[in-house]
Amino acid sequence: MRRVRAALAPYLLALPGGLWLAVFLVVPIATMASVALQTGNLMDGFSQTFNIAIFGEVFAQYHTQFLRSIVYGGIATVIMLVVAYPMAYWIAFKAGRRKSVYLFLILLPFFVSFVLRTISWGFLLADDGIVLAPLRDLGLIPDDFHILATTTAVIGGLVYNFLPFMVLPIYVALERVDPRVIEAAQDLYAGRFQAFVRVVLPLSLPGVFAGVLMTFIPATSDPVNAQILGGTSNTMIGNIIYTEYLVNNDYPAASALSFMLMAVLLIGIFVYARALGTENVMEAAAR
Amino acid sequence: MTTVARKAGTGRGRLGDRLLHAYTWLIIVWLSTPIAVMILFGFNDRKSRSNTSWQGFTLEWYRRLFEIDGLTQALINSLLIAVAATVLTTVIGTLLGLALGRYRFRGRGISNFLIFTAISTPELVMGASLLSLFVSGNLQRGHATIVIAHVLFALAFVTVTVRARVVGLDPSLEEAARDLGASTWDTFRLVTLPAIMPGVVAGGLLAFALSIDDYVVTSFVNGSTSTFPLWIVGSVKVGIPPQVNVMGTLIFALGAALAIVNAVASRRKA
Repeated sequence: MRRVRAALAPYLLALPGGLWLAVFLVVPIATMASVALQTGNLMDGFSQTFNIAIFGEVFAQYHTQFLRSIVYGGIATVIMLVVAYPMAYWIAFKAGRRKSVYLFLILLPFFVSFVLRTISWGFLLADDGIVLAPLRDLGLIPDDFHILATTTAVIGGLVYNFLPFMVLPIYVALERVDPRVIEAAQDLYAGRFQAFVRVVLPLSLPGVFAGVLMTFIPATSDPVNAQILGGTSNTMIGNIIYTEYLVNNDYPAASALSFMLMAVLLIGIFVYARALGTENVMEAAAR
Repeated sequence: MTTVARKAGTGRGRLGDRLLHAYTWLIIVWLSTPIAVMILFGFNDRKSRSNTSWQGFTLEWYRRLFEIDGLTQALINSLLIAVAATVLTTVIGTLLGLALGRYRFRGRGISNFLIFTAISTPELVMGASLLSLFVSGNLQRGHATIVIAHVLFALAFVTVTVRARVVGLDPSLEEAARDLGASTWDTFRLVTLPAIMPGVVAGGLLAFALSIDDYVVTSFVNGSTSTFPLWIVGSVKVGIPPQVNVMGTLIFALGAALAIVNAVASRRKA
């Protein structure tokens, strides 16, 4: 009896969580795929017509926003990587006993709601806000100078909001690098630069991978920064999906767009993962 | 560490380190700027509906904190939902983390894959697909559907946090307990659970933070229920009342204080 119970233990433990993921993650995504292939409207109801053409139609209609999202997400991710790496490096190798203080300071923004932080940037960058108004009064910037409602504001907002997700995994990877390995490189006459490029950088790549994964996906699909900081000319695919679902109630179009977004991101991840080895992906994701 | 520092301690190295140190602080200041703005404008004696320019210091908004019924209700909703989602996620996620960290069983691979998918699915797609499910199933949207969604996106994070702790656990501890005559339940309660507790607590805190902060997923599955982030975004066009800044400031102060107390306490213990 006891042995049977012991054999069942893992299944019983995994059951609630596994069911939750199956019912509320897998089934909804399958439902979404099926809704995408339906035709109809909210009034007359929707019926399954296997309308594959919808993918082409929505892409033709919204390819601008689609590509813009990937470009904005990509640019933001590259900027985050460039900004985060030196910082993670310094904290991991040079901050000594105060490492945790610096990490705490980097995590500080997370104690403020995501939307509130984005809105604070809106305050800060507003045309009559506390930065631009004085500068304009002093004649340092032209009257028609704006930051809000520009591409810069949206990408800046994305970089700001997701930066800690880039810093932390890189820090974790660098922190694990044994200093003796660097010493060994230097004993073998590698200069500082060579020791970095040939020893430290490769060892930190899993962290870079995890960081890119944790920033590119949310940045590309984020609707909030574009909505609050972007004005009307920087609409991203997230905003379109919102409008189609919740304003136009065009569920098939919205589902098709969501499905395409997910497919593009997943394919991107797996191509990227192949380049770095699938094991690394699972491991990075598991952390 | 010290040897490396000594070896690298040439003039150029030290200058580089100083520059990196200054750079790190620069980024930290940049990260903190909107927090400072949020706190500051909670004290702004604004005359018009727009709260973007500084017009003088006042404590009025702290006094009139709960004057906006919709906002107060949204905050209460957020707190209730976060508590419910945290409890559920922590229990389910801990069990799943135990199963994945401890046992090799059929279904382990697929469970790991589902967790990976849950982490890498964009929030937007998660919200949209849940909406598809709820609409197809004619489910009334409200508190319950929000809790379902929040458990879903927090579950994977709790599971991996607990799993990491379970993997690091020495199995001989539990064997020893059983050899000393402890039942399965007693072994779990008295040995396993205390040992993985830091992971469970960390996972729970993460779940709470994710839930109370969520905007994207919630906005798809909320029906007519509002939460704190939803209410804020909804009032952007008409102007954010300063009470929002005050509530944000208080939540920030409380969260940061708890984190500091927790860090100091765990350092004492260690």
